[in-house]
Amino acid sequence: MEVAAGGGCGAGPPLLLSDSEQQCYSELFARCAGASSGGPGPGPPEATRVAPGTATAAAGPVADLFRASQLPPETLHQITELCGAKRVGYFGPTQFYIALKLIAAAQSGLPVRTESIKCELPLPRFGMAKSDGEMRFGNPAELHGKKVQIPYLPTEKNSLKRMDDEDKQQESQSPTMSPLASPPSSPPHYQRVSLSHGYSKLRSGTEQMHPAPYETRQPIGQPEGSSSEGPGVKPLHRQASLIRSFSVERELQDNNSNYPDEPWRITEEQREYYVNQFRSLQPDPSSFISGSVAKNFFTKSKLSIPELSYIWELSDADCDGALTLPEFCAAFHLIVARKNGYPLPEGLPPTLQPEYLQAAFPKSKWECTIFDSYSESMPANQQPCDLNRMEKTSVKDMADFPVPTQDVTTGDDKQALNSTANEPSPKDVAEDTAASKDCNSLKARPRSRSYSSTSIEETMKRGENPPTPPPRPQKTHSRASSLDLNKVFQPSVPAANSGLLPPPPALPPRPCPTQSEPVSEADLHPQLNRAPSQAAESSPKKDAPHAQPPSKPIRRKFRPENQTMESQESAAAVGGAASAAMVKPHPTVQKQSSKQKKAIQTAIRKNKEANAVLARLNSELQQQLKEVHQERIALENQLEQLRPVTVL
Amino acid sequence: MAVCIAVIAKENYPLYIRSTPTENELKFHYMVHTSLDVVDEKISAMGKALVDQRELYLGLLYPTEDYKVYGYVTNSKVKFVMVVDSSNTALRDNEIRSMFRKLHNSYTDVMCNPFYNPGDRIQSRAFDNMVTSMMIQVC
Repeated sequence: MEVAAGGGCGAGPPLLLSDSEQQCYSELFARCAGASSGGPGPGPPEATRVAPGTATAAAGPVADLFRASQLPPETLHQITELCGAKRVGYFGPTQFYIALKLIAAAQSGLPVRTESIKCELPLPRFGMAKSDGEMRFGNPAELHGKKVQIPYLPTEKNSLKRMDDEDKQQESQSPTMSPLASPPSSPPHYQRVSLSHGYSKLRSGTEQMHPAPYETRQPIGQPEGSSSEGPGVKPLHRQASLIRSFSVERELQDNNSNYPDEPWRITEEQREYYVNQFRSLQPDPSSFISGSVAKNFFTKSKLSIPELSYIWELSDADCDGALTLPEFCAAFHLIVARKNGYPLPEGLPPTLQPEYLQAAFPKSKWECTIFDSYSESMPANQQPCDLNRMEKTSVKDMADFPVPTQDVTTGDDKQALNSTANEPSPKDVAEDTAASKDCNSLKARPRSRSYSSTSIEETMKRGENPPTPPPRPQKTHSRASSLDLNKVFQPSVPAANSGLLPPPPALPPRPCPTQSEPVSEADLHPQLNRAPSQAAESSPKKDAPHAQPPSKPIRRKFRPENQTMESQESAAAVGGAASAAMVKPHPTVQKQSSKQKKAIQTAIRKNKEANAVLARLNSELQQQLKEVHQERIALENQLEQLRPVTVL
Repeated sequence: MAVCIAVIAKENYPLYIRSTPTENELKFHYMVHTSLDVVDEKISAMGKALVDQRELYLGLLYPTEDYKVYGYVTNSKVKFVMVVDSSNTALRDNEIRSMFRKLHNSYTDVMCNPFYNPGDRIQSRAFDNMVTSMMIQVC
């Protein structure tokens, strides 16, 4: 049998195998492939993506097998590269056979080269028993032995089994656990983790092969050189560092069908962990987490904001500002991967798509009853409609959500359509899609709330007391809104800031001529004492048909008054009632530089708004002027018409 | 085919501006900047009473000999300005409208991201991709 012809997209050189080799290899391959397809994968689409019609060996058993050959990890790396699995992203029969041949070569002492496989070689030797189950588990003695050599190994191994509960691992390697526990957030440690991590077969029966897949995928996917096991372990470990002492029950290995992007697959442990985290934020697993809540939570991971923003973009498939459970898991997984040094993908990997996640980790993990009821009630929504996206966005525009469930975002469906994996998504996913759509429908209604409340919450959560919220439209125009804002901030300003005198900040030393104006204004800050007349003045200025110059001095005065402004508002919030104009000496007391900055920024914004309003006013007046001109011209015409009559 | 696309915040500073790199970008920046006046004119021309009924699409703002500038305003006074090459066989109005609609949708998605602070520059990759697709495709 010509191996080259066998593999769908094999890229290695044509192999000629002797009969015994043939037999041995095909047996091994069958085992590896068989082991991989044992699990309840999401179904045909994924398999078809890989190699239509060809079996592929899952990375897990393959990696184990390679490790069992007891070759040094660098050699295994080389072999993996040479055999072409790295290139094509999976182990087809061709790649597998080439790899086995290279292993044989290496074991015979030949250099790992393409040419080596051309010669007659003994069969490769593998230390482990070859049965399906045992292949994973291997010889503990060997593994332990290997483990000792590399101090991080056991820790990695441990972190694997760790499941967020670091105590669990200890059974076999308690002494070595500590090194890992201490530097949880140092990816460089993991860099040195070698392939032999795979040896850490401390996984007992319930082990996931996840690290193993990570391993082989690692050289394929990540040229960094860190062990595949490492990254696989890292995410788990990362979770531990993120949140300690979280016990997650072990699950059977996730034997989904072959995927070339193993690092992005979520294991059962991780899944459980994420679900529990989700529950901690939002008790109902079938509901969703609002944007602000999620933002605070993910900010704890200490990734940079642009990265978090990008992760959100990737994971919030329906772009509604909230995360359902699958979206949350995807986001969490991406964060974990990122923290462990993985570069973020260009697009959401198929294993992290919400439909996939829902299908792959079905209701047993979640409240199945709720889902069942949803899927029953939502059969009609199975039709993915990315044109609903347009509807949705137009709905978004209006900020009005009639929201029949069909109109609900189908962002995940849109994503589904975008990603190849989901196009042939099987009907059994449709049900989950319906369920997810229903989640989306749930989301749609409160969406506007979450969206609009985000900005308020953000400012409130900034820890400090920004005097005003982010720029709000028409803030200075509508009396109601400004009033509301003040009311909003009154209760929210913490008492700490109210160490200031109850009386709101008084007039700054420069009295403004138009002190009466704010009164006439009455719009802005009625609750603020007259003291912020300076502040109020700048805004009232907009209504007053003053030209630019008056606002300028106001602006200049504004700067030094930032502090007073700020303390004004906070004090006003505290004080409540409009107070008499009493000089307020305290601004300096409470000053933090960031508050100052915020105050300045607010002032700048206000000025800009004032500018805009004035400009608008200007244009309106010019319009009026034009009209008046036209009237005048009309009148003149009339006059002329009349005049000739008389003249003539 | 759009030559330059810009998103301007309510306060008239750019949140996002991108032009085809081959041209002198400064020229486009100027054009966008000057078009803001026209946008404001059109907005204010409606008057405050009609603000709800005001159409978002403003249409052709002004033509130059080489380019045409189209405008679009959202209800939150965020403006989208698009500069289009005149030499293109005239793009139909509908196509321009659909391009603006896509822009608006992507902009809304950017806003939905809780990590995006309104008023920041837009740095979303999805938005970039969408804009790129609009700029290179020939409508």
